Order: sequence, then C-alpha cells, then structure tokens
Amino acid sequence: MKSIKSRLLIYGVMAAFILISIDAYIIAAENEQVIQITAKKFEYSPKEITLKKGVPVALEFTSLDRLHGFNCPGLKIRMDIRPGKVNTLRFVPDKTGTFPFHCDNFCGSGHEGMRGTITVTE
Amino acid sequence: MKIDRRDFLKLAGIGTAVFASGLGGLDHLTKRALAAEEDFFFLQLSDTHWGFTGPAVNPDSTGTLKKTVEAVNQLRMQPDFIMFTGDLTHVTDDDKDRRKRLSEFREIISTLKVKNIRFMPGEHDAGLDEGEAFKEFFGKTHYVFDHKGVHFIILDNVSDPTSTVGEDQLAWLSADLKQQDKNSRIVVFTHRPLFDLYPDWDWFTRDGAKAIKLLMPYSNVTVFYGHIHQEQHNNTGHIPHHAAKGLMFPLPAPGSVPVKNPIPWDANQPYRGLGFRGVEAKIKETRYAISEFSVRGEKL
Repeated sequence: MKSIKSRLLIYGVMAAFILISIDAYIIAAENEQVIQITAKKFEYSPKEITLKKGVPVALEFTSLDRLHGFNCPGLKIRMDIRPGKVNTLRFVPDKTGTFPFHCDNFCGSGHEGMRGTITVTE
Repeated sequence: MKIDRRDFLKLAGIGTAVFASGLGGLDHLTKRALAAEEDFFFLQLSDTHWGFTGPAVNPDSTGTLKKTVEAVNQLRMQPDFIMFTGDLTHVTDDDKDRRKRLSEFREIISTLKVKNIRFMPGEHDAGLDEGEAFKEFFGKTHYVFDHKGVHFIILDNVSDPTSTVGEDQLAWLSADLKQQDKNSRIVVFTHRPLFDLYPDWDWFTRDGAKAIKLLMPYSNVTVFYGHIHQEQHNNTGHIPHHAAKGLMFPLPAPGSVPVKNPIPWDANQPYRGLGFRGVEAKIKETRYAISEFSVRGEKL
C-alpha cells in the first residue's frame, strides 16, 4: 500500500514537472523571436541582426546552394547550415554588444568574406 | 646567402631553433638504437596558393613560386625530400580552373632538382570537391612513409569542409600507430593546426583533439603544419607543433586584428613574411633543428 502511495507521489511530481516544463516552453515560444536567414555563396541575408538581451530567439537558416556554417564566437553559438532543410538554432542572448559571425565551413573563393554581425541591445 | 648541406649541419648553432623531441626519459640503450640511422634534412614548403592574384598583397604572384624553386635548386647539397603542406593552389569555384592550377603548379615544381617530393592538400585545393582533383594529380590525401628511421604520417584535415579529420581517418591513424613502438620517431604533417590555435579564425581542427589523444602515448612525436602563413611554435603536452610560413602572402598573428586579411606587400621589404623551412633530423641527439629561409634562399 505504501509502495502504491510512493509511486503515485512520484508520478504526481513527474506530471507536475512536465506540465511546468510545457508551460514554460509555451511562454518561451510565445516570446521567442524568429529570424529567417538565408546563406549562399558568399553572404548571409540579412547579415546584420539585432536581438534583445534575455529574449529567446530562433535563428532559422536555409542554405540556397551548399554546406555553409554559422559561427559566432562572442556568443558561443555555431551550427552547420545544410542545404535542403531549415537549420534552427535556439538560444537566449545573455549579454549586450556587437558580435561578429562568419561561415566556418569552407565554401569557396569568397569564404573569408562571408560574415555578419549580431547586435544585442538591452 | 644560399643554403647548403653544411648550413644545415650547423643548424644547432647560432640563429637556429633547435627543438628537443621529448626523449629525455629514454634510457641510453634506446637512444643508441634510435641513433642507428643517419642524420638527414628535408624542406617544408607551404601555402604556395598558385593562381592567387592581388597586387596589393603580392605583385609577384606568378613569380614567387618560381623564385623559391630556384632558391631550393641552388642548394649545393639537396635535401632528402621536400614536403608541401597544402594550399598548393588558391581556391577557385570552377572545377576546370582547379585542375588547371594544379597542373600549372605541378609543371613549375617539376623543375626542382629533388625528385622525392611529397604532397598534401589544403582546403583551397580540396575543400570544395573533397580532394577529387588533388587526388588526380598527387594521389592520396592521407598516407604514411618511412625515411631513415623516422615514421612520417600525413593527415588530411581539409578535404571535409567541416575542418575535421573524420572517424574513418582516425581509425586508420589508430591502426597505424599500433604498429609503432612507443618510442618511435614520428613526424606528423597536417595542413590545419590539430590544436585550437585560434578557432575564431578557423585555425583549428574540429576533431583535432581526438588525433592528438591518439598520438599522446608516443613519446617522440612532432607535428609540422601550414595554413596560418607564419612561423608558430606551440606544444600540446610533450608534442611540439611547428607552423611554416607561406609562399604567397603572410597573415597576421592570431587575434592581433579584428579581421584576418593578408598583410599588404611592403615595397621596401619585398617578400617579407614569406619563405620556406629546413628541418634537420638529428637522429643521434633525437631532436629537430629548424631554420627559416626567405624566398631567395637567405637564412633568416
């Protein structure tokens, strides 16, 4: 009997945790800023992105030609941008400033110039 | 001043960097066994970027490689072999142009007196077609060879555009190393640095730590690489890593400027920052003596 009560308690805690998580996810999703970015040889569009500190963001990358990369060392975020799919990178900017990003998968003659910036404001 | 065999044999002297190979813990017998082979030297030429054009960076872009070949041919005693550590050609998005550049490069270096020449690709040669064109001209992108008691391993960390060695090649490396004695003299050639020299500029190999982990149990490993167009010396544990100058344009020191662009040509000091490297393997003393030379063969 005691065992059943313990189990019910555990299930109850788990259910509450799941509900809270879903709730938090919904709230986060509602606040989430979604930015669609295309990558092609040898540019991002847009290449200048402005975000709010503390506001969740989803960067949705689409490659128009080949494998590219997205690397923003200042915000410690990176992702492969593979063609034929939407490559989504979610994060919450935790500091203000202007942070350069670049393609980090070698993509051709203009690879070194494939850059952009993320500006995070208060 | 031209370099010759005697110059190389003096490399341990003034103005020459001598890098111990980390064999201090070996007992006398082992050292004697290693000393059974003879001293030799080789040259490392890197980042020739044939096909590059940019007068502000190198107004002699079609002449620099040829001058280097002449300088090497002026050696009274020729090196045992020459190793080209990648970016033989400058990147082009056109497959035909890539083959044309590789062909022209091969034609120019065919005039080298030394015929024992080894090649590996850089990302400019192999990053867009996974090394397909490079292989047509120069064969495998990763391989091993042995020379006078030293085991040389050529690792390809450029044919995959994600800057990785890859699991298949790591398995191949592991299998090769298992055949080596823990005290064997091993030299590894790569194009990119295996370690995190400056990841913000892509001066690293994404899975390079896995390769280094495989090499760590071996007491006598040295890595020579290119890619960064400047002389650099670093260590990961007991393993030294030596970057060579390029032969088309120099690049700034890691993180020294916001954006990594070639250093402009200085008319007062033409070819400054360019050059090639001589490496003498001192078998008896279990060390490498490294010297840097200008495009014209002057000892720096």
